[in-house]
This record gives sequence, structure tokens and C-alpha cells, in this order.
Amino acid sequence: MTTSRGALKVTDLKVHFGGKRSLFSKKASVVHAVDGVSFQIPKGKTLGIVGESGSGKSTTALAIMRLVEITSGSVSLGDTAISELEGDALRSARRKFQVIFQDPYSSLNPRLRAGAIVREPLDLMNIGTPQERKNRVDELFSQVGLRPEQQALFPHQFSGGQRQRLGFARALSTMPDLIICDEPVSALDVAIQAQILNLMTRLQQELGLTYLFISHDLGVVQHVCDEVAVMYLGQIVEQADRVNLFSNPQHPYTQALLAAVPTIRNGVAGRGRNRKSKALITGDPPSPINPPDGCRFAGRCPKFQSICRRVTPQMIVLDENHQVACHLLNG
Amino acid sequence: MSENQLFGITLSPLSVRRLENFRANRRGYWSLWIFLFLFVITLGAELVANDKPLLIRFQSELYMPVFSDYSETTFGGEFELAADYHDPYIKELIEAEGWIIWPPIPYSYQTIDYDLDVPAPAPPSSRHWLGTDDQARDVVARVLYGFRISILFGLLLTFISSVVGIAAGAVQGYFGGLLDLFVQRFIEIWEGLPVLYLLIIMAAVIQPGFFSLLFLMLLFSWTGLVAVVRAEFLRVRNFEYIRAAKALGVSDTTIMIRHVLPNAMVATLTFMPFILSGSVTTLTGLDFLGFGLPSGSPSLGELLNQGKNNLQAPWLGITGFLVIGVMLSLLVFIGEAVRDAFDPRKLFS
Repeated sequence: MTTSRGALKVTDLKVHFGGKRSLFSKKASVVHAVDGVSFQIPKGKTLGIVGESGSGKSTTALAIMRLVEITSGSVSLGDTAISELEGDALRSARRKFQVIFQDPYSSLNPRLRAGAIVREPLDLMNIGTPQERKNRVDELFSQVGLRPEQQALFPHQFSGGQRQRLGFARALSTMPDLIICDEPVSALDVAIQAQILNLMTRLQQELGLTYLFISHDLGVVQHVCDEVAVMYLGQIVEQADRVNLFSNPQHPYTQALLAAVPTIRNGVAGRGRNRKSKALITGDPPSPINPPDGCRFAGRCPKFQSICRRVTPQMIVLDENHQVACHLLNG
Repeated sequence: MSENQLFGITLSPLSVRRLENFRANRRGYWSLWIFLFLFVITLGAELVANDKPLLIRFQSELYMPVFSDYSETTFGGEFELAADYHDPYIKELIEAEGWIIWPPIPYSYQTIDYDLDVPAPAPPSSRHWLGTDDQARDVVARVLYGFRISILFGLLLTFISSVVGIAAGAVQGYFGGLLDLFVQRFIEIWEGLPVLYLLIIMAAVIQPGFFSLLFLMLLFSWTGLVAVVRAEFLRVRNFEYIRAAKALGVSDTTIMIRHVLPNAMVATLTFMPFILSGSVTTLTGLDFLGFGLPSGSPSLGELLNQGKNNLQAPWLGITGFLVIGVMLSLLVFIGEAVRDAFDPRKLFS
């Protein structure tokens, strides 16, 4: 993959929380929220990250945005090493990567008018004359499917879908290369989800945006992503292009995730034809504080072998577009 | 939109609702008007109670002694000194060729009435409506000026300590962590100091004047709002719109002022009237003990002290008690109404 403008490259990203010994206990407790994540997104493409709650999806997003501190590893966008920047350099680089949050209600300041929310980044970075900024805000509003005269309204006067459009307008105002979407549609109802996803696709085609799309909804991921990475307890366990991942999942966890998607015909876990091959996993993931040795999924894995407890599985490249970290594939 | 405007400022529907809530509280609403009426009158105390006439017509010319000094020779007297208009000799000189208009109370707070028929403190009479204190000064005049200085002192102290307190609380809550921990412990120790005792010691070292006293009291009053503002900043700083602002590269100062502070202002506003009444009480207390404003200045605490020392002249103590009581009651009523008007449970029920 080339390092063209707008391509995101994440190498061995680790985010650990805590770790300082407290006054009263000798043992340091470190939360390994993200533990060695690597992936690349070519310019103009969409990578989806899926995984259950607590798997480190959102922390990965926040780390790339530099909103939480990176413990180790590197993140670069095009030629810019995001993980190395500090202070003013970081602040001015931020215009190149933006974020859309999950909750459209808490992600907009309730005391600012819609126009002011979208305009703030422009004022901040001193882009153009005041008149040009005003025109730009108008343009952004129509770009995301809002009417320019809605600028005078407050966020609470918008619906959930409209608020998410506002979030997009704000993120687009600085003309970013990369937009990180942290569950952008999970707070919306299904009809609105489709509208927002279509808006995302249209904007990607018009502006050549790169998306990092974080979701727990496999249906949505299948709809918008070119490539999908599955995370479990801070690590990527399987990464493949969309077709491969959904038609030919290799990791037991991916298989279980796909099996858990309810379908209209079969209900959860397939009462019908696939019942034998699809087993739901039970239990909860282990604590990310001092996670177990070996494969982290071992405790819940239906195909667990003795090696899984001892050796951490490495990424195995099945073919150009498919990598899995599982001992089963070593034969 | 006309009903949504107050003094030309367009209000959000929420503010309109709060204003309605405030008006609905009759006691607080009327207290505010009575308080404003008293405050405006005392602001112009020089025009109400003064030992200089408002207007003099002398030899077909007009003089306004309230605003500028004239020497005796202006009116045909003998000395180059500032004219004493209570002097019968000057009065006669002026009234021979013109007239004098006096304020309703022809005494200032420091005017000593040498022509009392009874020894001071003199009981209430038509000459001195509430009598005089033990130095033959008019009680009404002293109450008017004292009310003004109390309120101005309280307002100034409230304003400055709010600014300092909000800034400290904002920094603490926004950055959190070790900074928060240390400042919080410092404030706990600082608040544990016996304030009145320290003020008395320091008043003995520093010659107390209006501004030095303001500074001394500020040292201890700024902590009042810190906890409220800090809590609000701690709550809001993890909202996603704060994260979005950070992601846009907005500076910490701008985020604090533009995105977080408006949320903390409601809690702050509801506390302010109580800080105001607290400041007034402390000042009165210090004056009563004799460690407050310099002697001779009009102060309600000093009036109370005179009342205590002159139990044979009950008009001093009763006046002081009533004035302070009414003033603090009004402030508390207003404060309660403001607090209730901002109460979210009332706004959204």
C-alpha cells in the first residue's frame, strides 16, 4: 500500500490506562484497552472495526484522534506522523482528521446555534474572510442536506438524524482527509441510519474521504465498509475485505459474532439450516486489567486447544486480503 | 418575538421561562423591586441627606453647593473658608438677597448638630426623625449612607470573589488530576482557618480602609463558589461536544469559556445572592466589633455597637436592627426566588 495523501497507517498501537502504583497497593493495575493494533486504510476507502463492548474500538478511535494518550506505537496520516505531534503542531494538524461521535445529543453544544457550531472551526483556523466563512457554512449545510436558513436554530430543535448531519458539517468544515466515525448511526432509528449511511457514501465519493468506521452493527458495516477488522479485548483477531469476512470467517470469534446477528428467517443463532455450524459463545470477555496469557479468546472459544493458553497467536496471512490470529489455522 | 425580549436582548425560551418563574414568586419579585428602590435612593444619598443645600439663589445667581464648594466671601462673609450653611450668620446673609432649598434631611452622615436642646444621643424629633447617635449625628443620614456602603461593598466583594472562584474552579475541574487534588486540599485547609479571628489580627496590622478591607475579605470569600464550578466542569468536560471541540483543535481556554462555562453559570448565579448577603453580614460584624471600616464612616455595624453602648437610647439599637434585618431579608428573598427560578425541576415540569 502506498502512503498517498490521506492514507491512514496505524502500527502496533497500544493504549494502557493506569499503571502508576497507588499509595495503598503494591501491585500496579494496568488496563490494556488497546494492545498492539495495526492496520492501514488506503485513501478513499473505509475500514470498519467491529467488536463487542469493551473491546477497545472507541479507544482506538480516540487514540488516533489524540484525545487519549498513546502508550506506544505510531499513527500516521499520509506523511504526517500524528502520534509524534505535540502542542501547536498537533492543533494545526487536526484539521486533517476529524471525528463523528455516537451520540448526536451530547456531541453538540446545546447553547450554540447550529451555524455557530459549524462555523467555529473556520473562525478558529482563520480561514478566509468573514464573508467567505459565511458562504462556506452555507455550502456545508447544503452539502449535508440541511437548509442554510436552519443555521439560526439551536441543536435541540433538530431531530437525531439532522443533528448527525450537523456533526458531519462540523467535521467537514476543515476539509479533512480522514473522518473517524465512532458508531455514527447506532443512536438513530433504522430509516435515518440508511439516510446517514448514504450521505457518508456520497460524501466519500465527492470529497475522496477516508473513513475509519467503528460499529457493533455488522449489517451497517457490511453496507459501508471496504475492509473489516474484528477486535477482541484490545487486539485485532481477524482482518479481511468485506466479502471474505462475511462469507468466509476464519476466527472462531468472528464466526460467533456473525452467528449472533439475528435474521428475520432464522432468529438468533439460526434455528433452521445453519444451526449445527453456528454456536453462540457464552460468558463475558476477561478483564482487560492484566489479561490472560496466550490467546485472549481462549476462555470462551468453542474450539479451544491446549496451546491457546500458552502461546499468543500471531497474525497469519491467508491471502492478500485476509489475516487471522488463531492457532487453528496453523494446522 | 417582542415578548421574548428584555431591554432589547433576545432571550432564549429557557430564559423566558426562568423570568416567568421568577415573577411568579411574588415575595422575591417584590423584594427585588423594594431593594432596587432603596438602593437607587441610597445611591443618590448626597441629594437626600446633606449638610449643603441643593440650590441657592443669591443676588439673582444660582449656586449648587452639593456639587461644588463656595467660600463664605461668595455670599458676603468674612472668611475665605468653605461656607458652613448651618451657620445662622451665613443663612441670614443668603436669605437677605435670595433663598435656599435644602435636601429632605439637612445633615450628612458626619454632620454634628451642635444646636441640640438635649444631650446626645437625642431622641427622635421633627428635627432628627430617628434621633441622633452619641456624637450628635443624624441617624437617618447615617443609615442611608451606611446602607449604600454595605451594599456596594457586598456587590464588589461578590463580583470579585465570583470571578476568582469561577476561574479557580474552572481550572481545577477542567484539568482535574493532581492539580485538582492539590488545590482541593489547599482550599480545605484554607477554609479551616478561623476567618474572623484572622481578619481581626490583620485589621490590627493594616489600617483598615474600604479597599484594604475588601482585599482582606476577598482572601477568604473566593472559596465559596469553587466547589460548585469545579463540579460542573468535571461533569461537562467529558461530554462529546467538548471532545469534538478538542478534536477541532480549539484551545483549552476557549473551550472553558465558550463551551463549559455557560453550563456552570446557572449554578453560580443561584449562589450569588447568598454570597452577597454573607458579605454584608461579615462587614457588619467587623464594624460592630470595631475592626471594620475606619471610624467616622457610616456603617450599620457601628450603629448597632452604639445601640449596645447606649441602652438608654433604644432608637439606635432598634433602627440598626430593623435596617439590617430588612436588608438581609430582602436579599435572601431575592436569592430564594432566583434559585427557584433556575431549578430544572420547575422548568420542565
